Amino acid sequence: MVPKETGSILEWIRIQEEDFSVEEETNRIKERSKRIGGIVTFLGTARDFSKGKDINRIDFEYYPGMAEKKLNEIRERALQDYDVIEVSILHRVGRIETGENIVLILVAAEHRKDAFRACEWCIDELKRITPIWKREETTQGEVWVVEHP
Amino acid sequence: MVTIRFFAVLKKLLDRDSMHIQLTGPATLKTLLDRIESEIPSIRSVIKEGRTLIAVNQEIAQDETVVSDGDEVAFLPPFAGGQH
Repeated sequence: MVPKETGSILEWIRIQEEDFSVEEETNRIKERSKRIGGIVTFLGTARDFSKGKDINRIDFEYYPGMAEKKLNEIRERALQDYDVIEVSILHRVGRIETGENIVLILVAAEHRKDAFRACEWCIDELKRITPIWKREETTQGEVWVVEHP
Repeated sequence: MVTIRFFAVLKKLLDRDSMHIQLTGPATLKTLLDRIESEIPSIRSVIKEGRTLIAVNQEIAQDETVVSDGDEVAFLPPFAGGQH
């Protein structure tokens, strides 16, 4: 078994304003272990239309410290509850234009089944417990988004 | 002194992003809310209507959670993904 404790929080959990490269992040997690047989990726991007309104741009606010702590809890629980080798979670904050990247979750495993299940669980949990807020600037004014399926 | 922080829509509703409360000793969150209410009379209705969570030192807290000098209390409106 690959030891799951290896790696620091900052290595696999990041909240940042700047954009990220999906390819670079994928290569990084791929180097984690030769045992990896599949990587499931969830990439959340900024859409230009929501609830009948055109969106010009989005601003993400977060609670520094608590947000990283929650993302790390999600990573640790995924490593514990699913048969996966590594989990990486990266979320952007600040101003994000439509079409840009917002969030990236990578789950690497020996086999695909648990990687898919863990990845879906991670994004659901991220939206449920992580103190990150989204404000959409629409053609009809600002909207703080509180619910998305 | 306890630092109180407000996030997202609460900053706009309350027209502030933080405040400070001086405690003479440990108090429950409920007592702290009474103190905040004396400065922000609408705080309880804003919390209730906005389904706001409260964190003490970055952990979700309840009415009976004890708050002490130096703690940070944060008012957290529903997150971007919503509360399922």
